[in-house]
Amino acid sequence: MTMLKVPTVQELMQEGKTPDILFWVGCSGSFDQRAQKITKAVARILTNCNISFAVLGTEESCTGDPAKRAGNEFLFQMQALMNIQVLNGYGVKKIVTACPHCFNTLKNEYPQLGGTYEVVHHSQLLQQLINAGTLKVSGGKFLGKKIVYHDPCYLGRANNIYEAPREVISKLDSELFEMKRSRSNGLCCGAGGAQMFKEPEKGNRDINIERTEEILQLNPTHVAVGCPFCMTMITDGVKHFEKEAEVKVMDIAELIAQANDL
Amino acid sequence: MANLIFIIILAAGVFLFTKNIRKIIRNIQLGKDVKIEGSTAERWKTMALVALGQSKMFNRPVAAVMHIFIYVGFVIINIEVFEILIDGVFGTHRVLSFLGGFYDFLIGSFEVLALLVLVACVVFLVRRNILKLKRFWMREMTSWPRSDANIILITEIILMTLFLTMNACDVILQNRGIEHYVKAGAFPISDLYAGVFSGMSDSGLIMLERFCWWGHIIGILAFLNYVPYSKHFHILLAFPNTYYSNLNAKGKFTNLESVTTEVKLMLDPSATPLPADANAAPMRFGAKDVFDLNWKQLMDAYTCTECGRCTSNCPANITGKLLSPRKIMMDTRDRLEEVGKNIDSNKEFKDDGKTLLTNYISPEELWACTTCNACTEACPVNIDPLSIITDMRRFLVMEQSAAPTELNGMFTKIENNGAPWQFSPTDRMKWTEEN
Repeated sequence: MTMLKVPTVQELMQEGKTPDILFWVGCSGSFDQRAQKITKAVARILTNCNISFAVLGTEESCTGDPAKRAGNEFLFQMQALMNIQVLNGYGVKKIVTACPHCFNTLKNEYPQLGGTYEVVHHSQLLQQLINAGTLKVSGGKFLGKKIVYHDPCYLGRANNIYEAPREVISKLDSELFEMKRSRSNGLCCGAGGAQMFKEPEKGNRDINIERTEEILQLNPTHVAVGCPFCMTMITDGVKHFEKEAEVKVMDIAELIAQANDL
Repeated sequence: MANLIFIIILAAGVFLFTKNIRKIIRNIQLGKDVKIEGSTAERWKTMALVALGQSKMFNRPVAAVMHIFIYVGFVIINIEVFEILIDGVFGTHRVLSFLGGFYDFLIGSFEVLALLVLVACVVFLVRRNILKLKRFWMREMTSWPRSDANIILITEIILMTLFLTMNACDVILQNRGIEHYVKAGAFPISDLYAGVFSGMSDSGLIMLERFCWWGHIIGILAFLNYVPYSKHFHILLAFPNTYYSNLNAKGKFTNLESVTTEVKLMLDPSATPLPADANAAPMRFGAKDVFDLNWKQLMDAYTCTECGRCTSNCPANITGKLLSPRKIMMDTRDRLEEVGKNIDSNKEFKDDGKTLLTNYISPEELWACTTCNACTEACPVNIDPLSIITDMRRFLVMEQSAAPTELNGMFTKIENNGAPWQFSPTDRMKWTEEN
């Protein structure tokens, strides 16, 4: 078994170095088998671009997002204050994360509790790297492919980030299709607000089925997502319609990593 | 004599209206105080764009255009009401006619707008009652909310018809050179059907003209006093409500300071607690009843005009769950009105054994929310149903430990192993293993 070489902040500190960017992996990115692949794609792109970055490793803990959305402010603040202690202890300035839920919490809800950092979603970092010429995308592999992008609520409506992911995808030689319900009008995948961790309430159908149906109407070859929860929900939706052979659900970072053979 | 009656009716109308408004203000002030963040300039800008400019209406163009007709018509035709008030008080007739050409222009535009308002109201009635647009027939749209909408539309149709008919009579009387009916104004719309009344006698026409004039102004005063009881109250509250919009990123949920104090004590036992205020009422986390909400949330409830855009964009509602953000707002207002009446009759609030949570809003509705912000995005007047949902979830979880079982499991896992799933924190680097 080989290992991806990703340093922890602690390791770098011992060598007397500080990373420019902290990569906040998040619980999905750490433990969910599908999301681990997104984490790897991000790490490979950052390594390939010679970005000085590190992770917290075992010192990372849940941001508290699902607790806060579910109404457990105590648990949220416990998590937040512990994480802030670690982050401030290492003097972290900039954070990138591939999870819009971690992104939103770190960016918007940590400052009031004493944790102020420059926080970016990985789609924003990728866009910055592309614009700076650090990351060159060879999009040839995606020639003729049809990609539909699904806006994660906590990136889109919650933080008004609609263009960065689309601009990154546009670097691939593929066609980008929009659903009727997109951008600020996008439909949730069904996982936010701690729904990821419970069965949905009684209804006619599941939200991810409603959303996947809308995606499949456009006959895409790929669905691009920017959130590990959306990944789970839409992957399940595609399986529900037995379309997993025709339609691949991939994170933006995975699309770029694949295009560049990383 | 006529002016005296007019003054009495006018004074009564204004008095009753003021009384009702004060009640609503008192009810809103039952809410907790809330820190309003963001710059004043940004607030004025938001109000100008969203309330005055109706920017968020245009996601649905048909409704937006029809609504603009009624909105502009309402605002502009009020200049005419100004003239009617002066005429009524002083017994004059078309007192502003000295404006000459400009007066013709004003009356002409009022007529065109009146027609557009009529058309828009008819279209809206058709959409609601004949086409039966889904969002006007959902579960929370019981008989009163449906009637309320129809009463508003029909009243506006009546008012506009009275206004145009009054002008039609006036124009004939002017042409006949009847005393008192000065030649003034342009009547592009009423001219078209003035012919219908041309066979009438002078006195008959005067009677009809007076009937319409009195009907119009009494109708307006009656409508003014209907508005505080109705969803139509949005015409006033849309402005302050958008001024006090949440200007933060929608993803930023409020921080509970009371919790921060306690959590800091837990994490750092050496910290000294703030001296306890012996007189302070025991704190409640989250919201169980309207008293636990803040005044902006209560103002939101009075601002809601039940258009249902929130609900028709809500993923939970779209997929058949019980949750409807519009119902959250309607329930909050209904409960607040109930509390207000309770205070009216008992001088202060007497416990009625009811609360907003359970008696109006069920936990099942609250737990169906994905916190996706589709409702807050869709609202044309920046109402925030999500903050009420979150506050009630906080009450359920922190005061009653009444979260769904799976969520309690998730909480425990975060507490024990720092992740919402059962994984050891020592495995956090496992993803680096290639396979």
